[in-house]
Amino acid sequence: MTPVATTFHTPHHVAHRHTTSEPPAVRRLLIGMALAFLSLFLFLPLVFVFTEAFAKGIGYYFTTLHDPMAWSAIKLTFTAAVIAVPLNCVFGVCAAWAIAKFDFRGKNILLTLIDLPFSVSPVIAGLIYVLVFGAQGWLGLYLNADNPKFPWLANWLNEENFKIIFAVPGIVLATIFVTFPFVARELIPLMQAQGRNEEEAARVLGASGWQTFWRVTLPNIKWGLLYGVILCNARAMGEFGAVAVVSGRIRGQTNTIPLHIEALYDDYNFTGAFAVASLLAFLALITLGLKTWVEHQNAVQNEIEIKP
Amino acid sequence: MATKRTSGKKIRVLPGFRLTLGFTVFYLGLIVLIPLAAVFWKATSLTWPEFWHTVTMPTAMASYRLTFGAAFLAALVNAFFGLVVAWVLVRYEFFGKKIVDALVDLPFALPTAVAGITLATLYSKIGWIGQLLEPLGIKVANTQIGVFVALTFIGLPFIVRTVQPILEDLDPELEEAASSLGANRWQVFSRVILPMLTPALLTGFALAFARALGEYGSVIFIAGNIPMKTQITPVIIMGELDMFDYGKATAIAVVMLVVSFVLLLGVNVLQWWTNRYNTNNLA
Repeated sequence: MTPVATTFHTPHHVAHRHTTSEPPAVRRLLIGMALAFLSLFLFLPLVFVFTEAFAKGIGYYFTTLHDPMAWSAIKLTFTAAVIAVPLNCVFGVCAAWAIAKFDFRGKNILLTLIDLPFSVSPVIAGLIYVLVFGAQGWLGLYLNADNPKFPWLANWLNEENFKIIFAVPGIVLATIFVTFPFVARELIPLMQAQGRNEEEAARVLGASGWQTFWRVTLPNIKWGLLYGVILCNARAMGEFGAVAVVSGRIRGQTNTIPLHIEALYDDYNFTGAFAVASLLAFLALITLGLKTWVEHQNAVQNEIEIKP
Repeated sequence: MATKRTSGKKIRVLPGFRLTLGFTVFYLGLIVLIPLAAVFWKATSLTWPEFWHTVTMPTAMASYRLTFGAAFLAALVNAFFGLVVAWVLVRYEFFGKKIVDALVDLPFALPTAVAGITLATLYSKIGWIGQLLEPLGIKVANTQIGVFVALTFIGLPFIVRTVQPILEDLDPELEEAASSLGANRWQVFSRVILPMLTPALLTGFALAFARALGEYGSVIFIAGNIPMKTQITPVIIMGELDMFDYGKATAIAVVMLVVSFVLLLGVNVLQWWTNRYNTNNLA
């Protein structure tokens, strides 16, 4: 028996190497193709942003960023993100709690509807708010109607000169729309996979609803939540198309960072445009770094849970 | 505690169902559904001939051809290279792999306006790549090729990120079995691995295609927006909005929305198919 076993063993080992990998030449070719493609479409543009940003020296770079228009754009972008991200975060947690912890009819429809903003063109995302709040829209027609149903509301809105379109509220609304699903779609599959046993145990042991959420659910979902928030924030700060429609592009007032980049570019101030763009490119790199780190932390947490 | 509330109905140990579902539906309606309904409401203010005239005007028709054509080609190129990138990232070891893996998501993280001006300058006559292509007689900036380049950039991560997890979970025993039955490596790939990746590939393709159809920021700078030549459909909508012709803008938006909804439905069906396929394989 022994000789048979030895002769069987060697070809199996050889066969194994053949079956699960390709010849070295094919391997090198594939790696080369992948890297060439990624270099052309990813690395080169990334390096190019920073090279162009510093094309006129570091002094010019900081002059561009110190410009009051640039500052106002940076402030507006942060304002929009600071409002949009927490709102969508609360929504994401609520939606995930309802969908993952309970059974109800129409769940799949709700899931599809939550994803809807991802499949809508940014330009249309802006357009819908113009149609609701703009001068020719629902609210606009109401304000200009001869005898509105709630005159006090129309008068108040007209007196306060409360503007949504071509003003900050419109920008915030458009930002909320385009970043709507990020946190929810990270949390829903995560919480569905975790089930409800731990929360039910906590409740049976006498924890209140809030205690259960803060001490059981939140620690379980913290990395997924952080991941969603990071992606949501990156998109909120970088949104261009939707914001372009509702902002009216009033420099120093309703220009966000991406709109300011467009304005500089249209003025043929390319170095200035790339200097401001480098801020967002840097933000993108931080986002990718954080994302990788969160994925790593999540993997570590899962490993600990698998072997207690 | 829970037993006290038993009254024939299901016992819910966990609290907050009404609150969270209520808020979810309220917020969804307020931010997404009611404003989206405004598009269809506005579209009804047009008569049918007006609507039809707008959505079939020559500039719009040219924009559909360009947008669909470029988006399709870009998704196709990404399907091929995305599969290669996913394969290389899952199966091989090489220097800098972790950084490459992280950078694949750059098109998701990089704002579209930044991508737009970068690609436009990179492929212009004086840009790093444009300079090299100029002597060959290839123009990218301000041409339809430019639209394709921008859409390829935007769609790059979709295929990689849908194929990668499926490829990681593939059971090596299937490949070993095929090979021990006499299949060569190419046969193993084309007859065993590729069919298992097909649903994920199709999903990634559909996602990249859908994203490319609506893309605005990264395209407008490199495209140059020449009417009948390099205007994508969102640019047509933007143009009508700039002229305060909301009716026309809305009519074209309705066409785009209907296409996106159909695609979304398609992606959902594909994902359901992918999940079923994987569960069957596991069982």
